[in-house]
Amino acid sequence: MSKTLFDKIWQKHIVNTIPNGPDVLFIDRHFIHEVTSPQAFDGLRKRSIPVSRPDLTIATADHNVPTINQHLPISETLSRKQVEMLTKNCAEFGVELYGLGHQYQGIVHVIGPELGITLPGLTLVCGDSHTSTHGAFGSIAFGIGTSEVEMVLATQTLLQAKPKQMRISVEGELNKGVRSKDIILYILAKISASGATGYFIEYAGSAIQSLSMEARMTICNMSIELGARGGLIAPDETTFDYIKGKEFAPKGEVFDKAVSYWKTLHTDSVAKFDKELVFKAEDIEPMVTFGTNPGMGIKISENVPGSEHLDGSGKENFLKSLKYMGLSEHQAFVGTPINYVFIGSCTNARIEDLREVAELVKGKTKAENVTAYIVPGSRQVRDQAKREGLDKIFIQAGFELREPGCSACLGMNEDKIPKGEYCVSTSNRNFEGRQGPGARTILASPLTAAATALTGKLTDIRTLFV
Amino acid sequence: MKAFKIVTSTCIPLAIDDVDTDQIIPARFLKATTREGFGDNLFRDWRYEADDTLKAEFILNNPVYKGEILLTGSNFGCGSSREHAAWAIADFGFRVVISSFFADIFKNNALNNGLLPVTLTPETVLQLLKDCSKNPDLSLTIDLENQLVIRNDTNDSFSFEINPYKKLCLLNGYDDLEYLLSQKEKTAAYAATLDDWRILKR
Repeated sequence: MSKTLFDKIWQKHIVNTIPNGPDVLFIDRHFIHEVTSPQAFDGLRKRSIPVSRPDLTIATADHNVPTINQHLPISETLSRKQVEMLTKNCAEFGVELYGLGHQYQGIVHVIGPELGITLPGLTLVCGDSHTSTHGAFGSIAFGIGTSEVEMVLATQTLLQAKPKQMRISVEGELNKGVRSKDIILYILAKISASGATGYFIEYAGSAIQSLSMEARMTICNMSIELGARGGLIAPDETTFDYIKGKEFAPKGEVFDKAVSYWKTLHTDSVAKFDKELVFKAEDIEPMVTFGTNPGMGIKISENVPGSEHLDGSGKENFLKSLKYMGLSEHQAFVGTPINYVFIGSCTNARIEDLREVAELVKGKTKAENVTAYIVPGSRQVRDQAKREGLDKIFIQAGFELREPGCSACLGMNEDKIPKGEYCVSTSNRNFEGRQGPGARTILASPLTAAATALTGKLTDIRTLFV
Repeated sequence: MKAFKIVTSTCIPLAIDDVDTDQIIPARFLKATTREGFGDNLFRDWRYEADDTLKAEFILNNPVYKGEILLTGSNFGCGSSREHAAWAIADFGFRVVISSFFADIFKNNALNNGLLPVTLTPETVLQLLKDCSKNPDLSLTIDLENQLVIRNDTNDSFSFEINPYKKLCLLNGYDDLEYLLSQKEKTAAYAATLDDWRILKR
């Protein structure tokens, strides 16, 4: 029987099946962090059970850590306690921790791939919805709640019902100034923030295949923004080349054997999906969001949409969203003054993102009104950026290069955007208050964010290429 | 987990679509290390002004509306996987959330905490939102065994779907972990067959 990529991986991980119920799935990699794990460890303690597979459990501190002076004790009491709790739990249960100051510390979804922990054909979970990022390698990766974190810690398995499957193909060549962030924001604008709820997505097509691993991760990362629990991309030579030689990736004969298996991980030509969507790369322009969910996006050259085609609660919700954003129907969006730019998060804080920003801002200076943070996704990304001299370029351009963490993506640490201010952000969510109470988030690619930092107003990157 | 059989209650109608988990419980309140007390900050920024005074216009602050059923718009619980959202809703006193559809992770989190997510058609939810807003005394009965929502004013009933395994768990108060622990031998047998490359060597 012909199978999808997803079917092949799912089937290989079934430990047991409950008739009319979910499957018991084996989990190959479990990432944990300080925010969604304490109650899970408590549960283990209450039942007096150990962590089943500490060797497959990867721990780091990322969500609430400060991005300056990480060598000092965390000044915010609750954050410090949560990080200390993670340290204590990891020590007690024998889990290796990449904590603050560790050379491997960083955002969970950045460190897994860069350390060669994330591989094709695996199941990966984490108490964080952006676990979908790891799907870029051709693996089943999804976010879970804390009760499920406890289940995986205790048994290295989860009960999961098989989701429906959707294939989204993007065909053709990308336009100038368009990056993978624009592809996913475009798909979001087309099918909405709930367009893939209940589905797992496979991304395919020539435009997707042409992307680097890091660019693929940006797309898979935001699968959850479409409502899907995850999204994956068939592994290919780009994938194998990326993995080869990474710190914890298989080596030598084991690697070769793995590659020959990974090459079988693709959707069979006649396999059926519950839903198929095809988009043309040429239709995609640099994208930005104007509202309060990631599906509310437009091409940067377009005006803010109007509500005339909406009615009832849809219209109310739309107008509520514009009110929060301080925007009016049909107003021009490009040129809006912007005081904050955030380049970071598990969506866009990898070395390629930083290189691209550096290339654009080299020898230039940010606009005076702009506060521009660059928060690398991991210590390794930060160290690499320094080795390449990117830190000097950023400093000369007036950008602040911080230490790694989730930072202003969700504002759990001190990095918050003030009330009422716009922030052009390379992160993944523009929900009300996401970057701080009253903050107004405009999601965009690192290129658009950097261009905006230079001009001090929302900028179409294509006008800077001339 | 507490067993769930039947709930009869009035509803709080929250007619907003795409309610994300950042609204249900903002990230700055995720720093607790226990499961209790999140109800205090449920819908924090919709319920309170920055100076902690109540926003009178928000439905949860209107004393006319009470109950154990949260009636809400479509795509409820989208965004972050934080289980704190389900904890906050349950801690506030809700036992049921009714929507025309739920985000996947939220739905699982709710079920794992004995909070029942009930999916009804968009038309039914809209009608209920309208009628409950007008008549705060309108009560519903949620009968899990028979998978029915019954309007106690008209006796109209609406059926809903739930995974048979999850239904059994809720009716009996079983949680998934107990089941998974009972599968220990099967899991060990499976784990013994892992290919070399799948094992993480650090």
